[in-house]
Amino acid sequence: MRFLRVTLVPRRVKDLLAGKVMLLLTVLAALLVLVMIIGLYLKSKPVLDSHSLSELLFSTKWRPFRGQFGFLPFIMGTLWVTGVAIVIAVPLCLLTAIYLSEYAHSRVREWVKPLIDILAGIPSVVFGVWGMLVVVPFIKDVVAPSFKVFSTGYSVLAGGIVLAIMIFPVIIHVSLEVLRAVPGEVREASLALGATRWQTVKRVVLRKALPGVAAAIVLGISRAFGETMAVLMVVGNVPKVPRSVLDPAYPLPALIANNYGEMLSVPLFDSALMLAALILLLVILLFNIVSRSILLRVERSIR
Amino acid sequence: MENRTHISVQDLNVHFRSEHVLKDINLSIPDRKITAIIGPSGCGKTTLLRSFNRLIDSTEGVRVSGRVLVDDENILDPKAEVTHIRKKMGLLLQKPYPLPMSIYDNVAYGPRIHGIRERRRLDEIVERFLKKASLWDEVRERLSQPASALSLGQQQRLCLARGLAVEPAIILGDEPTSALDPQSSQRIEATFTELKRDYTIVIVTHILRQARRLADHVIFLYLGELVEQGPAWDFFNNPKQPMTREYIKGLIS
Amino acid sequence: MDRRFAEERLFKGLMILATVLIISSLVLILLTVLLKGLPYMSLDMVTKTPQGGYYLGKGGGILNAILGSLYLAGGATLLAILFGLPVALYMNVFSRPGARFVGACRFSFDVLNGVPSIVFGAFGFTIMIFFAMRASLLGGIIAIALLILPMMVRSIDEVLRLVPHELLEASYALGATRWETALKVVVRQALPGILTAVLIAFGRGIGDAAAVIFTAGFTDSIPGSLLRPVATLPLAIFFQLGVPIPEVQGRAYASALILTILILIISLAARLLARRLTRHVVK
Ligand SMILES: Nc1ncnc2c1ncn2[C@@H]1O[C@H](COP(=O)(O)OP(=O)(O)O)[C@@H](O)[C@H]1O
Ligand SMILES: [Mg+2]
Repeated sequence: MRFLRVTLVPRRVKDLLAGKVMLLLTVLAALLVLVMIIGLYLKSKPVLDSHSLSELLFSTKWRPFRGQFGFLPFIMGTLWVTGVAIVIAVPLCLLTAIYLSEYAHSRVREWVKPLIDILAGIPSVVFGVWGMLVVVPFIKDVVAPSFKVFSTGYSVLAGGIVLAIMIFPVIIHVSLEVLRAVPGEVREASLALGATRWQTVKRVVLRKALPGVAAAIVLGISRAFGETMAVLMVVGNVPKVPRSVLDPAYPLPALIANNYGEMLSVPLFDSALMLAALILLLVILLFNIVSRSILLRVERSIR
Repeated sequence: MENRTHISVQDLNVHFRSEHVLKDINLSIPDRKITAIIGPSGCGKTTLLRSFNRLIDSTEGVRVSGRVLVDDENILDPKAEVTHIRKKMGLLLQKPYPLPMSIYDNVAYGPRIHGIRERRRLDEIVERFLKKASLWDEVRERLSQPASALSLGQQQRLCLARGLAVEPAIILGDEPTSALDPQSSQRIEATFTELKRDYTIVIVTHILRQARRLADHVIFLYLGELVEQGPAWDFFNNPKQPMTREYIKGLIS
Repeated sequence: MDRRFAEERLFKGLMILATVLIISSLVLILLTVLLKGLPYMSLDMVTKTPQGGYYLGKGGGILNAILGSLYLAGGATLLAILFGLPVALYMNVFSRPGARFVGACRFSFDVLNGVPSIVFGAFGFTIMIFFAMRASLLGGIIAIALLILPMMVRSIDEVLRLVPHELLEASYALGATRWETALKVVVRQALPGILTAVLIAFGRGIGDAAAVIFTAGFTDSIPGSLLRPVATLPLAIFFQLGVPIPEVQGRAYASALILTILILIISLAARLLARRLTRHVVK
């Protein structure tokens, strides 16, 4: 038998063909982000052509029927809700991640991790239902009266609390991984010098893990940015820039989801909503690229 | 037939990125003999063995030049068809890696790939090669059990049977006994001695005693260079290079 | 000296408190849904479609949405496997080892995995407009398939990365091609992990609402064709909640309970299946 003849037996043809097809699929799938950006851009072009970008981004006038599309209330709504969620989630998640990584018995860790996975798997509508049943009345009946203000409960705070719980899993999961990746010798060196555990964590472990923890938080922010259904069910959806956490808000994703019915009957409305989706996509891409780059570097520095 | 060359290597050079791992290797491996490649660890034995069946291609950042002639065909030729080259050579790794399937399917895997479908022929092949690898008596009752349930020594013999089932002319072994207990090692060695009647066998080993016991021909590598090669008796009793003498005495390792 | 230990104790206390708080938020959510939903649970809920006047409090159930969600998520999962498995296999078996291209793909999928479902919904909608399609089961399947594709690819990819390279070499050494090795050895070895990844993607598909709001539509009947609109559980919950009649809202809670139970069953199944199918896996 000769090797040199590149025999085109069927199995070899199959292998070559499969390789080519799979390469094609891989390239297509990896380019999906670009296709999405282009598709949404083409759909939002009409509104971009007829309105200046600064008007779209910084005007507070949202009157689709008169052709006015000021996104500021929605952008501010998103920022407020995300801000509240991060303020609540970050300390809790970091404390939990540090506890699980540095203090807890490995058996505790193995118990808690699946619970956090379950939390991550709960559909956002269910979070929304829970928010309406528990968080909204709590704010209306307990929080607002104690500040001597009136609130329906449907507010930035309600959205922020629900969102915070929804982003717990991402932040905990990623920061736990980053903390576990800090080599044990680093801890031992510090402990051997007589530092307490907490001092070691504060001065050595956290310092080493800082970039990764930052990436975890950024991932949490981007998750919060795009979350739709749960927030939409508890923030009140009033298109005004909120002034306090007890005011209602109207985040961008909620805007898109709430208006799908009417958008085709009002000129430029669909285009404006696709622009909202494009803005969301671009901001979230930026966040994700930043945090994934950090995480890649962290991963490399370990190997 | 006596002393016909089966594999001959000419000016083989291998680089991993910037590291020069094999330097100007020229050697020949005789037909139907056991050839042992020896040398301290990290000297390039595995790399040499893997260039015989082009598995080296799948290593990250590798560059290979030179010629490896098997039956007078240069297998390093980019146009050569790798699956046929590999079919000609059975491979045993340091640790046995059974495929994730039953004992029967492990042995039948190769023949099936190469087009044999009939159950009766497959049955016959499985039995024949399990016997050749002296495993048949231990597994005949449980052919449909997962291969991973066997002991390490049995797994290694299964891997041998699996390799033999594609009817190769050459058996390559990369320290095939190093993960096994002494008794299993002995069985593998005994099997090799049986098999050399029909096959050309090349094994990498860093155990000198194993090389003495088994080898008809010895190749000694040091830091990527070929120091000495020759018939085993001459090599061990009358080494030509001072380096070889020191290695045999255990002064370098 | 004393301050150091006080600080140690304080922070340890805070950490345990935070952990307990986070776990109790999960318990609280599950309990709320259970207690609110249970009184409105009935056999009708899971065996009947909405009858006339259902949204005014009359009889019927949400079988349309349960089946709709299962069809939709099932179709999307199949589609995503069809594309995702070859991609993951390509990255781990076919590509040159250590190729930059693969690293770039992984990065791209990670980033894509962070894109929110509402954006997939909007993008799916633009595709449907492009092909002059109406909101339908097929539209929903496409949007959800796109949504779960990146996570499916990356989680299968992570499983395949753990397959020892020697196993592939053992197969190559017998003269197998990469395609044969991929199908007969790699997939087989990684099967438990692949199935877990698939089930998790399926769960995410069932639970998602924002991506189907534009693309799948809603209907009170059980879908009979790929081109007809289809109801989904999350949207059924959402719409029932919007009706200011206690009976209907109660059914929304019951629907939320059904959805939650479905999700929990799927994640439990993922864990159990992964353990069951390890018979042939080589350690
Ligand atoms: N995959 C690889 N990538 C980079 N360098 C490698 C790789 N495999 C082996 N090497 C290098 O090649 C040299 C020879 O290795 P090897 O052939 O495995 O030696 P031996 O089998 O004799 O112990 C070593 O210096 C090793 O560092
Ligand atoms: Mg070696």
